[in-house]
Amino acid sequence: MGDKPKTVRQPMPPLKVWFGPVAVAWLIPGGGHFLLNRRGRAALLFFAITSMFLLGLMMRGALFRPKVGDLLTTLIYCGGFLGDLAAGLLYLLTVWLGYSQPEVAGHVHDYGTKFLVGAGLLNVLAMVDAYEIAAGRKN
Amino acid sequence: MPKMTLTHFEAALLFAFFTSIVFGVVSHGDDRNRWRYGLKCFAYFLVALFGIGWLMYLGHG
Repeated sequence: MGDKPKTVRQPMPPLKVWFGPVAVAWLIPGGGHFLLNRRGRAALLFFAITSMFLLGLMMRGALFRPKVGDLLTTLIYCGGFLGDLAAGLLYLLTVWLGYSQPEVAGHVHDYGTKFLVGAGLLNVLAMVDAYEIAAGRKN
Repeated sequence: MPKMTLTHFEAALLFAFFTSIVFGVVSHGDDRNRWRYGLKCFAYFLVALFGIGWLMYLGHG
């Protein structure tokens, strides 16, 4: 039996190094990369995530609200809410300006809902990337 | 807010396009590798889209 090489756990970088870029990355898609002088990547992230979110709204997708019930309901509604919330300012503006839609049956609305959650989840990837760049773990 | 109606194919294609951009941007390596990874993801999405589409069509009888 060969010994598995042990992965060395890197120490957590100080909060002040990564908190700013990650917080801006949450609020504005691509904002963290912009703050870290990765302008091209920031523009691409902003374009992709914002377009996806706006298309979701134009398809009359619904925003999730946290709901507790059986396990599946809790997972879908609480997970969906977190996914929506991860879009940052896009989500907050949508709720504040009253663009949040009620849930409607139909494949286009369904795709819209998935686009809204998808945009938030892609923004989570962008936040993680901004964290890794700020922490010096990635170029 | 204008309303938009898309077919299944158009919606899946747009989803694949935007997701591939983000996957490419957050991937490791230099810019050339990022482009390649993004394009590869998009190609995989298309293969899955057509593959699963045909599978559902044939499985439906």
